[in-house]
Amino acid sequence: MASLDPEIAKTQDERKKMEQELASLSSLTYDTELYGNNRREDYVQSIPVDDDEDNADVMDNEVARKLASYTAPKSLLKEMPGAGADLDTGFGKSQRIIDREDDYRRRRLDRVISPARHDAFQMGDKTPDVGTRTYADVMRDEALRREKEETLRAIAKKKKEEEEQKKELEEEKGAGGGVATQAQPSQKRRNRWDQSQDQQGDESIAKKAKSSSDWDMPDSTPGIGRWDATPTPGRLGDATPSARRNRWDETPTPNRANDSDSTPAAGGVTPGATPAGMTWDATPKLSGMATPTPKRQRSRWDETPATMGSATPMAGATPSAAMTPGVTPVGGVDMATPTPGQINMRGPLTPEQYNLMRWEKDIEERNRPLTDEELDSMFPSEGYKILDPPASYVPIRTPARKLLATPTPIGTPLYQIPVEDRTQQFDVGKEPANGLPYMKPEDYQYFGVLLNEENEEELSPDEQKERKIMKLLLKVKNGTPPQRKTALRQLTDKAREFGAGPLFNQILPLLMQPTLEDQERHLLVKVIDRVLYKLDELVRPFVHKILVVIEPLLIDEDYYARVEGREIISNLSKAAGLATMIAAMRPDIDNIDEYVRNTTARAFSVVASALGIPALLPFLKAVCQSKKSWQARHTGIKIVQQIAILIGCAVLPHLRSLVEIIEHGLNDENQKVRTITALSLAALAEASAPYGIESFDSVLKPLWKGIRSHRGKVLAAFLKAIGFIIPLMDALYASYYTKEVMFILIREFQSPDEEMKKIVLKVVKQCVSTEGVEADYIRSDILPEFFKNFWVRRMALDRRNYKQLVETTVEIANKVGVADIVGRIVEDLKDESEPYRRMVMETIEKVVTNLGASDIDARLEELLIDGILYAFQEQTSDDANVMLNGFGAVVNALGQRVKPYLPQICGTIKWRLNNKSAKVRQQAADLISRIAVVMKQCGEEQLMGHLGVVLYEYLGEEYPEVLGSILGALKAIVNVIGMTKMTPPIKDLLPRLTPILKNRHEKVQENCIDLVGRIADRGAEFVAAKEWMRICFELLEMLKAHKKGIRRATVNTFGYIAKAIGPQDVLATLLNNLKVQERQNRVCTTVAIAIVAETCSPFTVLPALMNEYRVPELNVQNGVLKSLSFLFEYIGEMGKDYIYAVTPLLEDALMDRDLVHRQTAASAVKHMALGVAGLGCEDALVHLMNYVWPNIFETSPHVINAVTEAIEGMRVALGAAAILNYCLQGLFHPARKVREVYWKIYNSLYIGAQDALVAAYPTLEDEGENVYSRPELTMFV
Amino acid sequence: MDIKASDRFNINSQLEHLQAKYVGTGHADLNRFEWAVNIQRDSYASYVGHYPMLAYFAIAENESIGRERYNFMQKMLLPCGLPPEREDD
Repeated sequence: MASLDPEIAKTQDERKKMEQELASLSSLTYDTELYGNNRREDYVQSIPVDDDEDNADVMDNEVARKLASYTAPKSLLKEMPGAGADLDTGFGKSQRIIDREDDYRRRRLDRVISPARHDAFQMGDKTPDVGTRTYADVMRDEALRREKEETLRAIAKKKKEEEEQKKELEEEKGAGGGVATQAQPSQKRRNRWDQSQDQQGDESIAKKAKSSSDWDMPDSTPGIGRWDATPTPGRLGDATPSARRNRWDETPTPNRANDSDSTPAAGGVTPGATPAGMTWDATPKLSGMATPTPKRQRSRWDETPATMGSATPMAGATPSAAMTPGVTPVGGVDMATPTPGQINMRGPLTPEQYNLMRWEKDIEERNRPLTDEELDSMFPSEGYKILDPPASYVPIRTPARKLLATPTPIGTPLYQIPVEDRTQQFDVGKEPANGLPYMKPEDYQYFGVLLNEENEEELSPDEQKERKIMKLLLKVKNGTPPQRKTALRQLTDKAREFGAGPLFNQILPLLMQPTLEDQERHLLVKVIDRVLYKLDELVRPFVHKILVVIEPLLIDEDYYARVEGREIISNLSKAAGLATMIAAMRPDIDNIDEYVRNTTARAFSVVASALGIPALLPFLKAVCQSKKSWQARHTGIKIVQQIAILIGCAVLPHLRSLVEIIEHGLNDENQKVRTITALSLAALAEASAPYGIESFDSVLKPLWKGIRSHRGKVLAAFLKAIGFIIPLMDALYASYYTKEVMFILIREFQSPDEEMKKIVLKVVKQCVSTEGVEADYIRSDILPEFFKNFWVRRMALDRRNYKQLVETTVEIANKVGVADIVGRIVEDLKDESEPYRRMVMETIEKVVTNLGASDIDARLEELLIDGILYAFQEQTSDDANVMLNGFGAVVNALGQRVKPYLPQICGTIKWRLNNKSAKVRQQAADLISRIAVVMKQCGEEQLMGHLGVVLYEYLGEEYPEVLGSILGALKAIVNVIGMTKMTPPIKDLLPRLTPILKNRHEKVQENCIDLVGRIADRGAEFVAAKEWMRICFELLEMLKAHKKGIRRATVNTFGYIAKAIGPQDVLATLLNNLKVQERQNRVCTTVAIAIVAETCSPFTVLPALMNEYRVPELNVQNGVLKSLSFLFEYIGEMGKDYIYAVTPLLEDALMDRDLVHRQTAASAVKHMALGVAGLGCEDALVHLMNYVWPNIFETSPHVINAVTEAIEGMRVALGAAAILNYCLQGLFHPARKVREVYWKIYNSLYIGAQDALVAAYPTLEDEGENVYSRPELTMFV
Repeated sequence: MDIKASDRFNINSQLEHLQAKYVGTGHADLNRFEWAVNIQRDSYASYVGHYPMLAYFAIAENESIGRERYNFMQKMLLPCGLPPEREDD
């Protein structure tokens, strides 16, 4: 390729220039809103498709360095392996979100989707409807709940105190006091009961019409609510309230469409929006006879005066009949045997429940009573007599019904035994009608209605709408991509028509489904996003609902889920406006649940970034100064922290105001507030680094004063803030403030608290790396205490401590130099604790790599080598790369100074190569490859030769990992000392390698092929041609390797071998290989042929190749064509000399009956055309074009693809005008099919070269009014 | 040859859709007038885009280059006049 024509060179240059221009035009823009204002480079810009790819790239670099590279087409190199097959075997990890969540994140399911709220904007000054919840209602509820929480806490505290007192008494009195202790609490409880009863009476009158309910309340008060657990049939007689919480309480059920119909809507709540009223509507339905719970339920009962008549429903009241008209009364989830018919009527069904149910169903099916027909078929027809059952007999089939059917002492009035419908098979699931996608068992509760075969026209318009939405959602959730797409579009288009209420009441419960998978959540979130955009201000009443389901995304561990969550909240705040957002989220700010506050703070930060920080500042200021509760202040300050984390350096313009808002928190009376304030300051400082120190002026004093007065967690937070603020300072101040904080830090060095340790280490790192801190100061004041307290064995045991300590020490070393640090820890290389030795080694490795070894004096050098050898030899654990890397780093840093120690090192290596443990042998071999270069520098060639022989002897190694390392070591030695000096001589070495090529282990293959390739490149003459031929055969197999690096190295090696022994023999082998049956093998061979052609010039290969085309065998001919295609792809401009030679062959192929012939030939034509564009081969190309053109009517996708691409190639080579002339004949052809094809070609031509066509369009005659001519083009000067 | 599921969404089936995104591309139902309009507009766009062309026309018509550019842009509005009556049969 060196002797290119000047002409070719020029074309290449031009092409490059054009490509650069194109690249700049098509560069991506960077969406700051989505990704924040961080530098774009910080993000991963592409997601690796598979891990293999990464390795391969590393390999590529190495190969690229070592071997001048030939390439194979990417499509081919990538096509090979079938590794993806095991993905579908069903053994993959569970896709469900809940399975990877921790307990904290799972608390999202405890939250309740609150009913819609009053929209002050839309309603104007009108008094809100009694039923709608206004901001005031929500706030009042919140206050009530807080009060209750506090009361409960006070009670608990008092009880505890009393108990302690009792215990003291007990100790004094002896056993007698025990009875009293037990009696006391129960007494107490009864009291409370009565109290609340009274309260209830009062309040029910006072608030009769008001709708203050505790909808939002998470059922977090065990003990009180347990009464409603009692009435379940299974536990009817169980009068003692058990300590176990009822499941009704635990699982807030997102949606129960069927139940909601029966909800007495005194609260004016939309049916779908009563998701969590579980305890409430469950109670009456189940029993109706138990006294309903006092206190907690009070307001709920108040709401239903119409149905109930009385606030205290007694046994006779039985709302069940009134409330569940026509619906089969169903038991709770914890009822012994649920009827199968409940499937689509109950709360969310966990898979466990589902399985249990299916199992029960199965048993029931087997144990079912036999029907008359079955009995008839079983028994002989004569000799038996059929008796009439007694008149009073009523069959009872399931235990649950047995329970319900047996009259209980209190009576179960108005209960009817459900009629059993045998025809339905519930666990199979009915086939969803009219093209709806498959429904999973968990989906029945949401979409079950769709299975009812009712006539749609009979439903009310609202119900029809509901069904419609449901269908669309089901399609989005479970449908195929096209179904999903259309459904999504319909939902978007009709969003306003459907209305916000019906939409969100169906979407949001789905998102709370416990069995949701990532993909489904993604799709549903997408639906919300689209719908939001359309609904705009209509979403206002639903903001809080949406937040409840979206907020958990913000703390999801999946990055993309977090981004999605942010996007939704951001869009939501843009649609609803700041005021609504604040109104919706304000009550959650001092929620008693920390989880709610945490997620709310994060959501608020997103709102801030969406609507701008200035808009939110006044609100934040008010919240942070809230007098009412410390929780509000805490959350307010946390919002600031989250803002800093979210938007990074974009806080800078508002830095001062943000700091001012939170600064008083440093002196707050509550410890948690002080802590979060310090943490927020740390976040602000981190975000604004390296600017903005002026804004922190006001907090410097309280911070630095604070560290003297605080202890424990608060101190840790303060120190963290200081650690982030110091790097912002000028050198002078940094030095001063560091000294101020240092004595506290040094004091805290001794802290036993792990968290404190980590923070102290981090702060030390930050202080030390600051400019103003002098090395001498560090040496004298910090180092002694630092090493005394931190460099202890215990630190090596915790992973995070370990990392932090190494980092900090490396940072200190950067300031004070290698000798100080290494000198202090080098002795510890001989410590008896291995993790500790490893930590020492890692530190030394990093320090030495950073700073070199020139500071290390002779004595230290001796100690170091001694220690490293000791540590290397003593290692026992598996992840020992630390030792290996450390050894390599130190030896490479010392360079020639290591010469005196080399015999000792080599002795160790040799001894360890003979070790029993495979791991040890592997490490020894790996070490050789690390230090080979240094050995050469030290002039120890003889030693290396010796090692080479030793390694050669170990080639019989049976552990593939070790064998791979040994080959790697040999490769390193060969690379360093060259082919001629190598011992054992190459002619002995290579024949030993040939059988190893058969080894299927990746590491072995890779190292072996590298070594062989190296020899083929540099020392081919040392080996007989026959041996090379043998290797060629082996290599063919390796072209199938899974790893890209191996395939690439193999392809390269083919090139080298062909170059070394001439192409004839290799080619003969390859051409023979075309006849084999296996497709994979043939493909590899064609690549190899093309490589050989490129290496040894095409003219050495083409004759034989073209001759092979005469073999009347499909596979061979196709192989030849494919080789030609690759060949022309590789040789590019060189192709211009060979076009005329291959044209007859291509002519023939393009006229062949076989589709694949024409396809492959077309792709060869494409590569050819692209290669020789602008080199004056138009005559041949036009000729070929005439053969390609008739193929445009092909329908097979691959063929038509190849043909279109060939035409595109021709457009580049011949110019757009020529192709346009081909097109013109068919653009207005009478046959539509013809026109379609021609327009398709015209369009791609047009898109590719619009401008160039202007000059070539045909002249059209004017028609009456219409001027079609282009007179400008006829102008002449 | 029956179409497999994998083919249904491949590039070939989408090609037309992709092409349709560009203004100026055609389809089997394009008539003479519509195509001519595209041609005219492309031509004017090209003249305006290539300064030497503009300069050439300016000399030939004895107009300023700016005037020429303006004229061409105006002509792009209805380059071929009003569309002919559709003779829908």
